[in-house]
Formats: sequence, C-alpha cells, structure tokens
Amino acid sequence: MAFKQSVQKFTGKINEVEIGTGEKAIKLGGENVMPFYSFDGSMGQRPKVGMEILDVYPEAWCDSLKGIYKDVANDSVAWAKFVEEKFHPDFICLKFEGSDPNGLNKSVDECATLAKQVAQSVALPLVIAGSNNHEKDGQLFEKVAQALEGSNVLLLAAVEENYKTVGAAGGLAYKHKVGAESSVDINLAKQLNILLTQLGVKAEDMVMNVGCAAVGYGFEYVTSTMDRIRLAAFGQNDKTLQMPIMAPVSFETWSVKESIASEEEMADWGCQEERGIAMEVSTAASMLTGGADAVILRHPKSVETVNTFIKEIVG
Amino acid sequence: MALTGLDIFKLTPKKNCKDCGFPTCLAFSMKVATGGIEIEKCPHMSPESLAKLSDATAPLMKTVTVGKGDGAFKLGGETVLFRHEKTFVNRSRFAVILSDAMTDEEIEAKIANVKKINYVRIGEEMKVEIIGCKYGGNKEKYLSLIQKVKENDLHGAYMLVCEDADVVKEALVLVKEENPIVYGANKENYKEMVELVKKDKLPLGVHGGSLEELYGLVEEIQKLDHRELILNVGSSSVKEAYENSVQIRRIALKEEDRTFGYPSIVFVNELAKGNKHLEIAVASTFVMKYGSIIVLEDIDYARALPLFALRQNIFTDPQRPMRVEPNVYQINSADENAPVLVTVDFALTYFIVSGEIERSKVPVQLAIPDAGGYSVLTAWAAGKFGGSSIAKFIKESGLDENHNCKKLVLPGKVAVLKGDIEENLPGWEVIVGPDEAMHLPKFLKGLQVEALAL
Ligand code: B12
Ligand code: SF4
Repeated sequence: MAFKQSVQKFTGKINEVEIGTGEKAIKLGGENVMPFYSFDGSMGQRPKVGMEILDVYPEAWCDSLKGIYKDVANDSVAWAKFVEEKFHPDFICLKFEGSDPNGLNKSVDECATLAKQVAQSVALPLVIAGSNNHEKDGQLFEKVAQALEGSNVLLLAAVEENYKTVGAAGGLAYKHKVGAESSVDINLAKQLNILLTQLGVKAEDMVMNVGCAAVGYGFEYVTSTMDRIRLAAFGQNDKTLQMPIMAPVSFETWSVKESIASEEEMADWGCQEERGIAMEVSTAASMLTGGADAVILRHPKSVETVNTFIKEIVG
Repeated sequence: MALTGLDIFKLTPKKNCKDCGFPTCLAFSMKVATGGIEIEKCPHMSPESLAKLSDATAPLMKTVTVGKGDGAFKLGGETVLFRHEKTFVNRSRFAVILSDAMTDEEIEAKIANVKKINYVRIGEEMKVEIIGCKYGGNKEKYLSLIQKVKENDLHGAYMLVCEDADVVKEALVLVKEENPIVYGANKENYKEMVELVKKDKLPLGVHGGSLEELYGLVEEIQKLDHRELILNVGSSSVKEAYENSVQIRRIALKEEDRTFGYPSIVFVNELAKGNKHLEIAVASTFVMKYGSIIVLEDIDYARALPLFALRQNIFTDPQRPMRVEPNVYQINSADENAPVLVTVDFALTYFIVSGEIERSKVPVQLAIPDAGGYSVLTAWAAGKFGGSSIAKFIKESGLDENHNCKKLVLPGKVAVLKGDIEENLPGWEVIVGPDEAMHLPKFLKGLQVEALAL
C-alpha cells in the first residue's frame, strides 16, 4: 500500500462563544475536529487559560500559593489586578466561596457589589463561579448578572436544580453567557443544554462544564464522556452538544493528596508546591487533549506551562 | 480483519467436496467469516491462500513484548481509537534516559531517582519500566554505562538508544539475553540494524524524517522479515509528534493498514527541551493519545504521581468499574474496641482510605456496604449510599450486636447523613470525619486520645 494520511471530515462544529468586551474579549470554540487534529480540519480558537481568584482570603489554599498572593489576597480587586498585570491569563475566574451558606454566608448583594468592583478594575473577561450550593448559587448568579450587565461574563455554572434562575437572569435578562454543568454523562449534558435552550437561552450563548476530575481520581470517566460528547457534536452534528467546554481544573487538583500532603507528612514525595503544579499541569493538559476549550488554573507556574503547552501543540 | 465471506470464498478451491462438513465452499466461507469455524477445517486450501488469510485476519496492531522475566511487558495490541469503545489493553510505559554524555554524578543521581520511585497505587506497582541508554559518542563509556545499569539491578527493560550498528553490536553482547529494545533503525542503517536484532526477535525502534519516510522504512524492514517494531512519532515539535501519533494509530486501526500497526515511542524529553513542567504536560497528552513508550528526562514524585495515576485511569476497563467486596475489613489488627469507619466499595476510594488508615497505625473496622461500586458522592447522588442503607449494613454485619466501640465515622462529604443514621442506629455515636482521606491519620489519632482520656 502507498502511504496516505487518514483524514476524517465532520459536518458538525463547536459554536464560537465570546466572553468579555473590548480588546481583551476572548472567543472559545469554533473547532470542527477532535482536539488538535489539524489534519482533519479547523482547530478553531486557541484554547484559553484562566486564573482563579476568590472573594475571600484563600484560607484553605496551600502555603506556597498564599505566599504568592500574600499582598493582595485580602482584597479581590487588588488580587484581580495583580493577576492581570503579572501573569497575563486569558480570563479571570472569580469564585464566590464566601457565599456558601455553610461557610461565611455572605449576602448576594455584597457579592454583586464586589463583582462589579472587580469588573471595573480589570480589562480581562470574567468567569463567575459560586460555592456549589445550588440554591444560593442561583440567587448569586442572578444578582451578579444584574450588577455586571454589559460586561458579558460567563456564569459557571447553571445546574439542573437552578438553571431556570441562572438562565433567565444570566442568559436572557442581562445578556451574559451561561455555563451548563452536568455530572460526567453525555445524556445529562445534552438534557441540561436542551432545557436551557427551551428556556430561550441561545445555544451560541452557552458553554459546558461536563464534569472535571484530577488525574487519578475518576478522570477516566471524564475523558470518555468528553470523547463521546465531541464525537456526537462532530459526527452526528448534534446541535445540543456543540457548546465549548470549560474545565475548572484547579477546583479539583488542589484538594487531592498529591497536592496537599505536606513535606513532613510525605517525606519521600519532595516539594509540595512542585507536586501541586504537576497535578494541575497534568490535569489541564489531559483535559485539553480530551476536548476542553478552556481551563481554569490556580498557580502562576501552571498558567505559564499550560500556555507554552498550547503554543507547542497548536503550532 | 474485516474479511467477508465472499473474500474468503475467492481463496477456496471452489470444489464443493464437503470435506469440511459444509455443503458448499461458500457456506463454509460464510461460517469462517463470522469466526464460527477455522479455515484449517478445509484440507484443500493452497499455502498461498492460507498465507493471505492469516495476514488478513491477523490483529491490526501487533503486540510487541519487551524485557525478560518479571520485568517483561507487552506494548501495542490495541484495537480501538477511543476507550469507551473497548478497553485500551497495553498501558503506556515510562522510560528514563541515561547517556555516556552525562557526568557520573548525573548518572548516579538518575539511577538513584529511578530506584526511589517504586510504590503501589490501587494494587498496581508504579515505577520506571524502561531504562534508556543513549549513545553520546564515547563507546567505552557507553558500554560501561550499560554495565553499570546492569549492576544496579533496576528491574526495568533495557533500551539501547543508538544509531551506530557497530556500537549496538557490542552493547548487545552485554544485554541481549534481557530482550532489550534496540533503538534505532533509520533509512541509512536499517539493514545492519535488522541484521542485529532479527535472530533474537528483539524489538526494534524505527525513526523516519517524516511520516511518509517512516512508512516506507517500515515496509522495507518488513520485507527483511522483522516485525518486532516500535515506531518513533518524531521529535521535531510537539505538534508534529502529536499528529503523527494519532495518524499512526488511525492509519493502522481505521484504515486497516498494518504497515503502521505497531506500538509507538515518544521522546518527550526531547520535545520538552529541559522544561520539566512542560514535560509533564506533554507526557500526559501522550498517555491519552497513543504513546506506548514515553521517554522522560528524569523521574521524581512530582512527575510520577500525576503521570502514573493518569495512566492507571486511561488503561482501566470502561465497562467494569473496579470494585471491592462489600464487607467489614479489620485494619491495623482492629478488634471489638476499634472505631468503625464507613466508606464505599469503589476500589479507588477503598485503596485511598485503607492506605490512610494503615498510615495512621490506629486499629479501625472499615465497613463497606454495597454502594454500587461508586465513589462517595456519586453513590450518594445515585441513592446507593444513604442513611438507612448504611444503618442496615451495620446491623446485618453483626457490628451492632458484637461490637464494643459504638463510634461510627462518616466520610466528610456525606455529613448530611448524620441525623438519618443516628435515628436508624440507636446507641451509636455518629461522627463526621474529614472530607479528604489524607486527614484521617490526624483525625484518628485525635479519636484515640479522646478515647484514652475517658
Ligand atoms: C467519576 C465520576 C462518576 C462516574 C462513577 C465513578 C465511580 N465508580 O464512582 C460516573 C460517570 C459513572 C458517575 C455517575 C454519576 N455521578 Co459522578 N462523578 C464522578 C467524579 C468526576 C469523580 C468521582 C471520583 O472518582 N472521586 C474520587 C474518589 C476517591 O472520591 P471519594 O469516593 O469521594 O473519596 C474521597 C473522600 O470522600 C474521602 N473518603 C472516602 N471514604 C471515606 C471515609 C471516611 C470515614 C472519611 C473520613 C473519608 C473518606 O477520601 C477519598 C479521597 O480523599 C465526581 C466529580 C469529582 N471531580 O469529584 C462526580 C460526582 C461525584 N458525580 C455526581 C453525580 C450527581 C453523579 C450521578 C448521580 C449523575 C446522574 N444524575 O446520573 C451519576 C450516578 C451514577 C448512576 N446514575 O447510577 C456529582 C455528585 C453531586 C453531589 N455533590 O452530590 C459529582 C460531584 C459531580 C458534580 N459536580 O456534579 N460519576
Ligand atoms: S473442504 Fe474446502 S473445498 Fe471442500 S467444500 Fe469445504 S471449503 Fe470447499
């Protein structure tokens, strides 16, 4: 036989979704091929790398991270500016951990005010995350969406329990982008996307979080779910699955033992900071190779590395 | 592989003699195509036809065995492009590179690192499985390097990374018995290289300047009748290596072209150009996308922990979640005075939790009800790990009657179950444990101190 490239053309394509405004606005998606398969067609937009900051002092973060942010971590506005100027991510993910009813239980008004201050202080696009309490997150996203009208942020994310509130406020009333979060299952992802579109949110205004896990911690289910979602989006031209995927990598990797065990506890394992970066970088590269269009990271070294990785693999 | 009954029929003598037990050659061929009977049942097939058939029905991707004894393993043999279709069978193997161009200190340090990384995760031994010896130009030093690796007993397979056939020949005198990988053949040296490995069927690494050149080279080597091959995906850029890796796998499995039906090797060390963090990222990509051998610059826990864990994930059977038997497990010689901890029957969770309990050295009864083989939150969300089922399990296991210490510790992630269990298990003190198992040693020691104080 003679050598011949194997080329596979698909009819389906991932929607292009814009977040933010002005020069720093970013676009996610647009590809019509499996991750980085440039020989098949268009890779779309370069995958994007965001950085996580919190609305409260990051008490639970490891010492090396607290050290990096020590001068700004008590003030989210300063923190956001610091990250923007120093580490140049594509976007900032502002996570309202302090809104958790089982924690500080900050009021949604207070959160919305802070969100607005942050939005006014940085040019980078914002992704807003909650505390994972579905009821409170619904109220939070509603208020923040209102306060940030015109900023075109991404609300990460609506789940089955609160998608009506989040979709109506975020996607319809205040014209933001809505993230749809489901639990590692192609049918659940599809179902939530359909529910949101039935509510009136345009497919082009949606992003998905189809589940995320640190490598070694159920990651195999996540990657196979992404494979199936992408193959359906491209091969079957399934419009209900053609949203870009955003993976909150740092939410997962910084709580596993590999990242948080101290050097005293695991003497053999060596530098804790190195392990944390390694878990974050490995998971991010794996999520991107699995089909994510954007990742959220915590450590500046991870941001730098994953950006280099993207540059190298996109070419 | 995808031979139809008609394809096979064309190869039969078309005598309809019934010696095979079928009324016609066609009927027989149809049966062969479905795998219902072997072609050998027809005594009249010509040798040429048989050869054609065995070529066509051979697996699309060859399985290559590397190493000897307890260090031996298989590469390749994959049948699908995506793991949800069927399991990926032979996991990626990690190699670390040594070279005569390195200083003695560097070599010593790397050997020490390779020795140090050796641990068990969910029942699987995690270590560097291939020691690459790269020829840097000094033959005497190269040979003594191999000798040194031998003396250090690293339990890995050898890989001679050397394109000079004369040097390979001398190196093979030292390690031929170990079934080493010989890397590599290129378009200039392939004849001599094949000559060196053919008799002992040693796996041969092959490198071409482009995918097309590699393809032609494999064809030439196959003509010399050597088929124990490992294909280099290239190392001029990450992009090229990645695309080649996918192309090689796809051309073999989707286009059914066996010329590329071999395992691969990726020199991630060269792609990462000394950037350790980038090396971790790129290696992760190749664990997911078809790297059979992944060569690293060096090894330490920062590299090993994510990479070996990722590999373990990718190469599990997607149809069969790893489970452990629901039961009550005694850890650290626990007796009736030990506290009871509850977790789920997902193997990953069990190994993490039991590992931490062992580390604490505190005797514990670990109660594992049937939770469908799911993680804590998955099982809880799926309704398979609730207050009443946990309480029922404690009663049925006999712990309720025979156990002295009536302390029941829950995973922190399902703290909400506390009230429900207390209601269903009168007499027990239900305690919410930490969220992450790694905090168990401290937590358990705290419990112990508390118990002693009473
Ligand atoms: C992989 C995965 C799956 C896999 C299953 C894998 C498996 N065998 O369990 C699949 C794809 C099948 C799946 C399915 C579902 N999943 Co799921 N899944 C995950 C995922 C990505 C990883 C889970 C994992 O493997 N964790 C690793 C193990 C080791 O963690 P663990 O068991 O909790 O153990 C840790 C601790 O709990 C602690 N610990 C454990 N035992 C003990 C005991 C004691 C005493 C102590 C102190 C500590 C302790 O130690 C461990 C390490 O620190 C998570 C999200 C995530 N990133 O975590 C979602 C997640 C758990 N799933 C979720 C859901 C909702 C589901 C579904 C119900 C979805 C649906 N509606 O169908 C289904 C249920 C299955 C069904 N329908 O039958 C939700 C749960 C939401 C919630 N908070 O309740 C999650 C959190 C995702 C999400 N964000 O929505 N899932
Ligand atoms: S034995 Fe061979 S030749 Fe005879 S009928 Fe069967 S297939 Fe045909």
